[in-house]
Amino acid sequence: MLKVENLRAEIEDSGEILKGLNLEVNKGEIHAIMGPNGSGKSTLANVLMGHPRYEVTDGSVTFEGEDALELEPDERAKLGMFLAFQYPSEVPGVSVANFLRTAVNSVREEQLSPMDMYRLLQEKMKIMQMDIKFAERYLNEGFSGGEKKRNEILQMLMLDPKLAIMDETDSGLDIDALQVVAKGVNELKGPEFSAVIITHYQRILRYIEPDRVHVMLDGRIVTSGGKDLANQLEEKGYDWVRQEFGAGAKS
Amino acid sequence: MPEDKTIQELGLDEYKYGFSDPEEYFFKTPRKGIDPEIVAMISKHKNEPEWMLEYRLKALASFLDKPTPTWGGDLSDMDFDDIYYYIRPMENQGRSWDDVPEDIKNTFEKLGIPQAERESLAGVGAQYESEVVYHSLKKEWDDAGVVFMDMDSGLREHEDVVKEYFGTIIPYDDNKFSALNSAVWSGGSFVYVPPGVHIDIPLQAYFRINAENMGQFERTLIIADEGSSVHYIEGCTAPTYSSNSLHSAVVELIAKPNARIRYSTIQNWSHNTYNLVTKRAVAEKNATVEWVDGNLGSKLTMKYPAVYLTGEGARGEILSVAYAGDGQHQDAGGKVVHAAPNTSSLITSKSISKGTGRSTYRGLLKVHEGAVGSKSRVECDALLLDEEARTDTYPYIEIEEKKVNTEHEATVSKVGEDQLFYLMSRGMSEEDAIAMVVNGFIEPIAKELPLEYAIELNRLIQLEMEGSVG
Repeated sequence: MLKVENLRAEIEDSGEILKGLNLEVNKGEIHAIMGPNGSGKSTLANVLMGHPRYEVTDGSVTFEGEDALELEPDERAKLGMFLAFQYPSEVPGVSVANFLRTAVNSVREEQLSPMDMYRLLQEKMKIMQMDIKFAERYLNEGFSGGEKKRNEILQMLMLDPKLAIMDETDSGLDIDALQVVAKGVNELKGPEFSAVIITHYQRILRYIEPDRVHVMLDGRIVTSGGKDLANQLEEKGYDWVRQEFGAGAKS
Repeated sequence: MPEDKTIQELGLDEYKYGFSDPEEYFFKTPRKGIDPEIVAMISKHKNEPEWMLEYRLKALASFLDKPTPTWGGDLSDMDFDDIYYYIRPMENQGRSWDDVPEDIKNTFEKLGIPQAERESLAGVGAQYESEVVYHSLKKEWDDAGVVFMDMDSGLREHEDVVKEYFGTIIPYDDNKFSALNSAVWSGGSFVYVPPGVHIDIPLQAYFRINAENMGQFERTLIIADEGSSVHYIEGCTAPTYSSNSLHSAVVELIAKPNARIRYSTIQNWSHNTYNLVTKRAVAEKNATVEWVDGNLGSKLTMKYPAVYLTGEGARGEILSVAYAGDGQHQDAGGKVVHAAPNTSSLITSKSISKGTGRSTYRGLLKVHEGAVGSKSRVECDALLLDEEARTDTYPYIEIEEKKVNTEHEATVSKVGEDQLFYLMSRGMSEEDAIAMVVNGFIEPIAKELPLEYAIELNRLIQLEMEGSVG
């Protein structure tokens, strides 16, 4: 369902960040992408969703048979792509409820009745162990790190995407919050749902079991494997990756 | 999502109310421009008492004497000799919409006035060019002794009251535009609310300029007697012409002890209108005056609603929201003068600028010596929708008393790339995403308005941004 081929992307001032990346995610699969800081993980997440700051210079991204690179972020969302942000923006004066209502109606391209919307919201907030009053707060304004991440996963549950890209959703979370986030993802797990979990650490993979693990270094995926690869990384650290696949090594 | 392209694609500055009617009038001044002869002609045509003519002529001298102010917006393109100062569209005012000529009635139908009148208003005044063409007040308020009529009728039917208060809050020589208005004023509202009467649904006045090169100079005086309350709402539109129109009103409010006046404006003049308005209120002991001021249209607006807190415990509140799109300059703000002990005030200003639009907050907060225990707060926030847009803040604060509490806060924010990307990644189009940020920004003001007006405000801002429906 997602096929990334030879993807190259750059950002003004920083030069090329993605240097010929390949990735294929099939329906129902959970993939983890691990890598040290600065390897281009967040860039990959943003490029997949269409952040205007990054320029794609080569390669292709195909999602559900469509050329995703030709689509605006909102069109990608309507096709079923979702990005859980590492640093979601604040939108003062706009309540979480209002935002979610607009988002759900936009993605579905139909108006859900206020009653159905409320029921949906109540159900999903319960899964995320969030108080319904939380929905009255202004979007991300004054939220703690954990609240922001929970809110991202709440959005994912509300929008029910085909593909969720999670950009370091686990970072900065305590174990309790991590479990709630994982519960949200596991809720969607099934033959129609795929996920790309981008992370620095292996610990979230204890709660969400990946089908494939990829290691990213210097803008490329340098090695891939099963769940064992994550354990290996945990043991040997990223220095091992650098030695093995770094400067001069071929992927 | 290349930025430049999408900004243009939003198709700003299309104006929904830009249509016009054919010009067929009962009376129109024989030439453009202003001089004693034109002023005398207006006064004679209105059959006014001698003192009013004298007042007008003194004001005219003051207007001609005063230089055009240069401290605010750019007025260099405003040619006072290229304006018609008085147009009377019909012979007599209508008591029912059926009395109003078809073209004019259709205009107000398009603007939704008769419907609003039926559904949610205590009374309506509709001014077309220089005269109020339709006026009504629901019977229950008429029975309660409420007076709501056009200013010209007010002068005829309540001359003693008008003579006592007219020009006392804003003297004719206060500034160049109050002088101009005092010389050629026509129409506007005269409102008197008897002691203890609470008008619980709004009175509304609607102002429409139709003719090209027209100047509209309505004059409003609202007196809320002891312990009474009233909410007055005004709205305004004009057709879009290539040449300029001028709107220069004077509004005086008097809130007697324990009274409460709320005056809300949704200004949506076409983008060729100069909107130069003087609004001032006096709040006596324990009285409250609130200005809710929405400026969306016009080429240049210069307007700073003021509250003079003259009685102990009086309260003044000014909520101002401005939208400056391409080519527009909204120079708005508020003035509060604390002249008695234990008075309190709050000025909240929110401005949005886009493209070549420019918004200015200009405010004065003055606390006189002896106004002990006064509290005031000024908060102005500006939102810029792109790199080119501009905002300036001029908050003048003069405090002569030590035992007071004043706070001032100003912020400028931009709709960022990250913010838009976030909202768009949730399925919203760029237009919807910007609208969401803007609606959130004005939320603190919108929630102060009655629901239907809050919706109207959001809708108008959205229209300004989206371009339009015509």
